[in-house]
Amino acid sequence: MRGNGRASDEDLRALARKLRSHSLRMISLAKTSHIGSCLSVADILAVLYGRIMRIDPKRPTWPDRDRLIMSKGHAAAVTYAAVAEAGFIPEERLSEYAHNGGQLYGHVTHAGVPGVEFSSGSLGHGLPVGAGMALTAKRCGKAWRVFVVMSDGECDEGSNWEAILFAGHHRLDNLVIVIDYNKIQSLDFVDKTLRLEPLADKLRAFGWSAREVDGHSVAELGDALSAVPLEKGKPTAIIAHTVKGKGVSWMEGKVLWHYRPPTPEELVTALAEVEAS
Amino acid sequence: MRTAFIETLNDLAAKDDRVCLVVGDLGFSVIEGFANKHPDQFVNAGVSEQNMIGLAAGMALSGKIVFTYSIGNFGTLRCLEQIRNDVCYHRANVKVVAVGGGLAYGNLGVTHHASEDVAIMRSLPNMTVVAPGDPVEARLATRAVVALEGPCYLRLGKAGEPIVHAKEPDFEVGSAITIRDGSDITLIASGGMLATTDKVAKSLAGQGLGVRLVSMHTVKPIDRDAVIAAATETRYVFTLEEHSVEGGLGGAVAELMAELETGHAPLKRIGLRPEFNQVVGDQNYLKAMHGLDEESVFKTIQQVITRSYGRVG
Repeated sequence: MRGNGRASDEDLRALARKLRSHSLRMISLAKTSHIGSCLSVADILAVLYGRIMRIDPKRPTWPDRDRLIMSKGHAAAVTYAAVAEAGFIPEERLSEYAHNGGQLYGHVTHAGVPGVEFSSGSLGHGLPVGAGMALTAKRCGKAWRVFVVMSDGECDEGSNWEAILFAGHHRLDNLVIVIDYNKIQSLDFVDKTLRLEPLADKLRAFGWSAREVDGHSVAELGDALSAVPLEKGKPTAIIAHTVKGKGVSWMEGKVLWHYRPPTPEELVTALAEVEAS
Repeated sequence: MRTAFIETLNDLAAKDDRVCLVVGDLGFSVIEGFANKHPDQFVNAGVSEQNMIGLAAGMALSGKIVFTYSIGNFGTLRCLEQIRNDVCYHRANVKVVAVGGGLAYGNLGVTHHASEDVAIMRSLPNMTVVAPGDPVEARLATRAVVALEGPCYLRLGKAGEPIVHAKEPDFEVGSAITIRDGSDITLIASGGMLATTDKVAKSLAGQGLGVRLVSMHTVKPIDRDAVIAAATETRYVFTLEEHSVEGGLGGAVAELMAELETGHAPLKRIGLRPEFNQVVGDQNYLKAMHGLDEESVFKTIQQVITRSYGRVG
């Protein structure tokens, strides 16, 4: 069972490097999109899978496991990489990603992929489902928790705000969202599309406890996520400030890398940067 | 039907604490008993159907048997993608219940007319679609779908529908109920049209016609054997539903019959014209406007048979 808190910050940084390298290879090989989103969320997933979550790769449906819903389903490559590194699926299966005849679709898919709790890809679905799980755990007196990883662009979806209202009202303090706030959505910067700020205040006004952290600091992420619920009786929102394309200098902060896959030549330099980081 | 539904659900919830009810802030004077008796099995999601279905999926994936409850279109169309992705794709044990199927909320307006719901729900993979024909079937259907693992759409009328089944029939999801047998024509009804169809069947039989009356309470998976038997053993098949003629019961029967390789009877679909209603009317008024009242249905069938065979009976 993981989630015993024994992984050091250095272990988590090494795990995040692996998640980035896997994602770059998978996306470059399959010529798919969303490398920027995978790179921005890599440290968040490393901390959740590597330290925080109580999970057991030998028992993917263990009833008392913590649940992780990857609601930003476009960051699929990094999710499969995390599930593989956690031991739910063999690493070789990552070659199935977006590959004809495989089972690892280009958006997060549960079918045939142990360890993936829930399929996503259409935004705004994960949080209501997570709230239903958290409510059930509470009512059944269970200690397991629900982590929902969301994107910033995804916060445009009204269904999230329905669930945010619900979770605040029902005091679901076993529910945690981590918002990968990389400031860039599909077509443009978040601020130029639909401004989210003041995001933490919005969430607090809905009855949530919110904390802003550096989403690339495994120490800050680890501290915040180890402390949930931040307030008893309130769901927790971790607003993780991140950089789209983090880890590859020429991808960082660029809208382009929401969609463009790296060429084989670009892959070589990108991997070198990630591995040297 | 909704009274039969909620009473049955109440009993089921008392026996099995996995049975939950999630409502979208609707069900005044219907759900209070359940909410009071089983507070830990009840949730009001508020006026938020997307959240209602998502919650239900999350609860079901955590071991619950979850019924969602709303008015026709709100609990189906507003949250269609949640039903498709969260419920059907994950085979979550969620039973989407809609009240006011068809024109039950007639004078409340077009927003409240559930006239395409069966067609849309029927097209979703992993979804079972049940539209009971009277309060007896509603009670049996509620019990049956609890026992059925996986997604289901349960389409109910409102309140006060007449009872068609004098005694409790055998009820199995996917197996049509033959209420009367005959070899001249078959009337296949689903949902609230069953009572009207039953009366029409009696009138036609009174004229010497051999009428088979089939309650097709399960529209998906449709009872293939019952449809094929109707199409090959009787001379004309009619479908009757308080739903658009496009894609619902009539559509399901038409699809099946169109692919039969042997000769078969012709089909006439009787249902709502696929258009938005332009005038105000209560359920009976609007049904008559669409030719779904007893007299119009009788006439339509008589005309079709006379045109085809030159006589009735």
